[in-house]
Amino acid sequence: MTAVGTGPSTAAGSARATRPGVGRAFAALLWRDVFVTGREFVPFLLQVVLQPVFLLFVFGKVLTELGFTSSTYADVLLPGVVSLAAFLTALQNTAFPLVIDFSFTKEIEDRLLAPLPTALVAVEKIVFATMRALVAALVMFPISWWVLGSLPVTWSDVPLLAAFLVLGSLVGAAMGMVLGTLVKPNRINVVFAVVLTPLLFTGSTQFPWPALESLRWFQVVCAVNPLTYVSEALRAEMAPDVPHVPLGVCALALAGFLVVFGTLGLAGFRRRALD
Amino acid sequence: MEVTELVKRYPGRPVDAVSGVSFTVDRGEVFGLLGPNGAGKTTTIGVLTTRVLPTGGTARVAGVDVAADPVTARSRLSVVPQRSNLDRSLTARQNLVFHAAYHGVGRAERNRRADDLLERLGLGDRGGDKVDDYSGGMAQRLLIARALMHAPQVVFLDEPSTGLDPQARLFVWDKVRELRADGITVVLTTHDMEEAAALADRVGIMDRGRLLALDTPAALTRSLPGSATLDVDVERAADDTDEAVLAALAALPQAERVEPVADAAGLRARLYLSADAATTVGPVSEVLTARGARLTGVRLGEPSLEDVFLSLTGRELR
Repeated sequence: MTAVGTGPSTAAGSARATRPGVGRAFAALLWRDVFVTGREFVPFLLQVVLQPVFLLFVFGKVLTELGFTSSTYADVLLPGVVSLAAFLTALQNTAFPLVIDFSFTKEIEDRLLAPLPTALVAVEKIVFATMRALVAALVMFPISWWVLGSLPVTWSDVPLLAAFLVLGSLVGAAMGMVLGTLVKPNRINVVFAVVLTPLLFTGSTQFPWPALESLRWFQVVCAVNPLTYVSEALRAEMAPDVPHVPLGVCALALAGFLVVFGTLGLAGFRRRALD
Repeated sequence: MEVTELVKRYPGRPVDAVSGVSFTVDRGEVFGLLGPNGAGKTTTIGVLTTRVLPTGGTARVAGVDVAADPVTARSRLSVVPQRSNLDRSLTARQNLVFHAAYHGVGRAERNRRADDLLERLGLGDRGGDKVDDYSGGMAQRLLIARALMHAPQVVFLDEPSTGLDPQARLFVWDKVRELRADGITVVLTTHDMEEAAALADRVGIMDRGRLLALDTPAALTRSLPGSATLDVDVERAADDTDEAVLAALAALPQAERVEPVADAAGLRARLYLSADAATTVGPVSEVLTARGARLTGVRLGEPSLEDVFLSLTGRELR
C-alpha cells in the first residue's frame, strides 16, 4: 500500500480556507469548456456549419442558377443564414449538454460543487454557448463568400453585426437552457423535432418579415420567434435596401426575450441543480 | 460538523425524507451513517454538501452554515459520489487538475497534487487515460483523488464500496483510514454493516428519516441485551442430567436465557447474555466444575450492527 505521505490532504488541518475567488472558479469552468472544444474543433465546425452551408448553396446558388429565384435573393438569405447558424448553435449547445449532464452522466455535479453560486454555473453555460455561436457565425462569412462569390459586408458593419449576433446568441442559449432543464430525457427527440423545425422556418431567415403582410397569420407567428429579430437586424445592416424591421425594435424585442428566457432558464437550472 | 433538527420534505411527498435529525461530528473523526436504502442517508449528505436545500433545521460543515453560505462550504468539503460522475471529455489527470482549478488552486500546485495523488492511489501510470477506459475500482480511486485535490477539511463518501470487488473494497477502506490519519473528517453512508463497523469511529443508524441510535460500533452492540451469546460444550457427570445442567447455567445472573443446541453430538448449551460473552466464561466454568462436569468447548457470539438494526426497527437491514 502507498504510504500516508505529505500529500495535499495533509493540508486539511491548516486549510483556513479563505474563500477562493468566484471569478477564478468561473474562469476555470469556462476554460474547461474551451479546452474540450479546442480538441474537437473540426467536428464542432462540421456540426454547426453544414446545415447553413447547404441552405445557402441550394437556395442562394442552385435555385438562382436554375432561374427559380433572382440573384438578389442571396442578399435576403445570407443575413438570415448567419443568424440561423448563431441562434441554433447557441440553443443546441446549452440544451443538449444539459439534458445529458443532468439526466445521464451527472458530469455537471463536480462543477456544481465548485465554490461559486449555482446561478453562475448556469451563466457559464450560456456564455460558452454564445462563444460557440459566434464562432459558427464567423465562419459563415468566408463560406458565403466562397459559395455566393460576394460578401456584402464592410468593416463599418462589424460592430452592429457583432452586437446583434451576441444578443441573438444569448437569447438562443437562454432558450436552450429552458428546454434543457425542462424536457424529460425520454422526450428529448420529440421536443427537439417539435421545437427546432418551426424555429428554423419561422425565424424570417429565408424571407424578410415585413414582406409577409399578405400572409398575416404567418407574420404573427414569425413575430414571436426571437430568431426573426436577429435575421431582421442583420438584414438591415447587410442588405439595407430590403424592407426590414427597425433596428431599435429588434434590439428591444431581443432584450425582452433575453429577460424572459434568461429568468426561466436560470430558474429551471436551479430546480435541476438543487433538490 | 454540526447538524441540528434537520428536516427535508420533498414537494408533493406525504412524509419527510429526513425528519429531525441531529448529530455532531468531531474534526478528524470517521462518522458512518448506516441504514437501508431510502433511510434518508443520501438526503442528509445532500444537505450537508449543499446540493439539497433543507426544509428545516441547520447544518454546519467545517464551521460554515451550508444553507446560508454554500459557496464557502463547497470550498471546504468534497464529495465522493456513489456513481462515477467523472468528466469523460478529459483524461484522468485532467479531471484532477480541472477540479483543482475550479477551486482556485494555482497551476504549479495543482499539477504537483495531481501527480502526487495519482501515485498515492496507484494510478500513476494511468493518468493520461480517458476515464472511459477505467474500471469501476479505478474510477472510484480517481473520484477519491479528485475529492482530495482542493485539500478539503471534510470528505463525504456515499456508499464508497458498493459495486466494487473485494480487493478494490479493501483498497478504498485503506484510503479512508489514511484520510483519518491525515486529520480529515470523513462522513460515509453505507448499508453494509461490516463496512460501518470496520471504518467508523461512530455510527448513526438511520431508518425512515430518523436517527435511531448513535454511538461507537462497540457500544451499540454492547447496548443490545441478550444478543451476545456463549456456546459451551459440556461433558456432564454420569449421575447428572442435561436438564439439571441447563437449569444451573440459567441460574447465572448474566444469563438471560439458556437453550440446548440440537445439532451438537454431546450436550451443548447456548447462553443468551446480558453481559459481555468473554467475561461470562469464568462463571460458567465454575458452575460446571461444582457439578463435576467438564467444559470441553467454548464459542463466543458477538452481536453485530445488523442485530442492533434489527432490534431497533424489527426489520432486517437489507
